[in-house]
Amino acid sequence: MEFTFDNNLPIYIQLLEYMKIYLISGVFKCGEKLPSVRDFANTFKVNPNTMQKALAELEEMKLIYTERTNGKYVTKDEELINKLKDEYAIALAKSYFQGMKRIGLGKADSIKYLEGIE
Amino acid sequence: MELVEIKHLSKSFDNKEILKDVNISISSGKIVGLLGKNGAGKTTIIKLINDLLTPTSGEILIKGKKVGVESKKIISYLPERTYLNKQMKVSEVISYFKDFYDDFDDNKALKLLEALDLSVDQKLAKMSKGMQEKVQLVLVMSRNADLYILDEPLGGVDPATRDYILDTILSNFNEDASVIISTHLISDIERILDEVIFIDRGQVILQSDADTLRNKEKASIDEIFRRMFRC
Repeated sequence: MEFTFDNNLPIYIQLLEYMKIYLISGVFKCGEKLPSVRDFANTFKVNPNTMQKALAELEEMKLIYTERTNGKYVTKDEELINKLKDEYAIALAKSYFQGMKRIGLGKADSIKYLEGIE
Repeated sequence: MELVEIKHLSKSFDNKEILKDVNISISSGKIVGLLGKNGAGKTTIIKLINDLLTPTSGEILIKGKKVGVESKKIISYLPERTYLNKQMKVSEVISYFKDFYDDFDDNKALKLLEALDLSVDQKLAKMSKGMQEKVQLVLVMSRNADLYILDEPLGGVDPATRDYILDTILSNFNEDASVIISTHLISDIERILDEVIFIDRGQVILQSDADTLRNKEKASIDEIFRRMFRC
């Protein structure tokens, strides 16, 4: 997969987004060991220091944790991941309704359209 | 102790001041962009760090020691123009580097060249410009140096080669070393930089962490640079 970065935004924030989606979608599961900083940096083709900064931020948010000398793991707290998933889902839903509102459709109509989509 | 410490560095040629009171400090484990327009003084700074020029005043310390024979052993330098004899085959250049530098890892060089699908029996003169640049970069990055200095490594190469060069820099630099990359092609390179140093008319205008600067100015490094130095 090719990762693209917008030079107008801090790279570590964009990495943080990619990582959060990995966690929400279960690419890395609760309690699973994560690849090393260097492996991540190679995959994303970014500077290892920038990758480290993004991972440190995830750790700050308790979404991952470091086991001394052993590497980094995804949190075992499933609630936390679900909460994050919830936040993303709500944001996506909101933006859908906003878009529909712009073309003159209310909530009820908008939901009808959703039901019509496979 | 900083890896590179440049203090009050000035350089004049024929009474013309090329560098004016330059102060820079670079710690280990960083990829630093030395950014400026053509003629801003980037190459002069690089030549001074490599002890190829003598400062008019000020000093440059590498790991706390003045530049000289010792610092050359720990700096791997890719000059703007090639100094290799183009009549040499790649295999000859490799043994030349091996003789010359104690820290040259020929196995690493061979592995990287193999990934380029390049025969070591080929003469440099028979290769395209882009290919020659890749070979030189491979040689420079195959040393286990403390500091890599790459002067305009992207000059005149196609986008695919450019990506190859950036990836090679990223995957071959170790956390204890630093890389200084000089360029005026900022947008091509900014995603891999930890820090940026803006040079204009022989002076350091700004030194900052790249992401901090993007965050503060809400723009890309390229955009910030253009705003500062409209031409």
